[in-house]
Amino acid sequence: MKCQKCDKPATFHITDLVDGKPNELHLCEECAHKFLAPSSDDASEVLPAMAGLLAQHLAVGETAEELARLDQRSCSVCGVTFLEFRKQGRLGCPHDYIGFAAELEPLLLNIHGETRHVGKVPKFCASGAEQQTQLIRLRREMKEAITAEEYEQASTLRDEIRSIEQARDDKTKE
Amino acid sequence: MDFSIINLQELAQTSGEWLRGSGPESDIVISSRIRLARNLADFPFISRATDTDRAEIGKILRGRIERLHEQGKFTGQLVYVDVSALEAIDRQFLVERQLISREHADAEGARAVLIDQREQMSVMINEEDHLRIQVLKSGLDLGAAWEQINELDDLIEARVTYAYNDRFGYLTACPTNVGTGLRVSVMLHLPALVITRQIDKVFRSLQKINLAVRGLYGEGSQAQGDFYQVSNQVTLGQSEEELTKKVGDVVPVLIDYERKARDFLIRESQETLHDRVSRAYGILRTAQTISSEETMHLLSSLRMGVNLGLIRDVAIPTVNKLFVHTQPAHLQKLTGMELDSSDRNIERAAYLRRHLSGDGAGAGHN
Repeated sequence: MKCQKCDKPATFHITDLVDGKPNELHLCEECAHKFLAPSSDDASEVLPAMAGLLAQHLAVGETAEELARLDQRSCSVCGVTFLEFRKQGRLGCPHDYIGFAAELEPLLLNIHGETRHVGKVPKFCASGAEQQTQLIRLRREMKEAITAEEYEQASTLRDEIRSIEQARDDKTKE
Repeated sequence: MDFSIINLQELAQTSGEWLRGSGPESDIVISSRIRLARNLADFPFISRATDTDRAEIGKILRGRIERLHEQGKFTGQLVYVDVSALEAIDRQFLVERQLISREHADAEGARAVLIDQREQMSVMINEEDHLRIQVLKSGLDLGAAWEQINELDDLIEARVTYAYNDRFGYLTACPTNVGTGLRVSVMLHLPALVITRQIDKVFRSLQKINLAVRGLYGEGSQAQGDFYQVSNQVTLGQSEEELTKKVGDVVPVLIDYERKARDFLIRESQETLHDRVSRAYGILRTAQTISSEETMHLLSSLRMGVNLGLIRDVAIPTVNKLFVHTQPAHLQKLTGMELDSSDRNIERAAYLRRHLSGDGAGAGHN
């Protein structure tokens, strides 16, 4: 199949969502780049656009129902939906790498040719990171509890937040 | 310590270290840059962060880094710049100096940068990730750049908890940066490869080994000033050393191609080459009005001419500096005036005439 913008073969089949309605595009790699990155003077600016492109590309091959279900899934910590991620090419919080791990694997394989980290490990608190990330959820839940006037719940949450923050601050005493 | 407009004025007068043209292979390699992307574990990524989050993130990171500096953990003078409070022209100035990215300048919301006044190091806060650390060095010097940035990363990490897990590594807002969060780039000046029409072949062979090539200040294969930036595309599944080595290994090959192309031009068309270079020098020294594009194009020929010994009364640091100081924001800061396009073209020509007249070789700062 030919690219819709030039004569090269189309290797990217994009389902663009315009006002929630799908619009099929078939582009070669170069035109796909241009479609998503109108102007950039830095390699690292083109690549995020590619991530968005590939994230959308992931969706091709799923049935409409599978896709709809997948898109509705959201992160338990920050609330971002898979649909939002697919549209922006950007994730909402560190926990997304756990919540959407299965979906991210093929995307990472596409971008990097690999799916596991090799290399530097944080010297000081590699294992404590996920616990700190839960603070995002706890703070959000505390705010919601206060709005709903569930003050006991808010108080429990605040204590939990404080103890995790204490663990974090102990590390930064200097 | 806050950066005032006056300090930016001072910065405009000097040259960052990367412009000095003093590092290894600096006839062809302008600079080496390493960047690390990091996020705090306990805040959403930028696209999901509220204004309060951003302010909090900025406060934490600024505090930690400034305290490190107070404790003498790294040398040099460190300055905090609130990018969101700067005028557009000052943001543009920092982009031209390679101290912040275009994205950081154009975005909205609380964001900042910490700059070391020798301009070797800059730390962007609340760009695409919470932290984007950058080390910039003159010439080909990736080993030293990696050591410096690795140390700074450890120093910061001792004070905060980075978003990280064992499976995917350092967690970033965009999956294209996850894992090492590392972007290694080398900026090269390749005018002979452009003249001999080999630049596209070079592009294609680099793309085959997963390296990205980008023209500086421009798009597509004809870069303004014949500057090209080569960087890694992959950040996951290879170590920082492997990724740095991959870029580092390809640079000598590119240098060799460029040198051979220059030799070819000298052997086969010495007069044409000399004429090209001399005309460029002539126009730059006498034009009354000149566009940024034409300036970049002519400075590129001039730079090659100086490297090849065809022009002897101008020094490389001067030429390097002219590339940057004739950019729009620099021009306006140096003259202290806001100028529209046609006035800039006149001012640019005046600036070039002043700096290329006779004593261009060691004229020092202005």
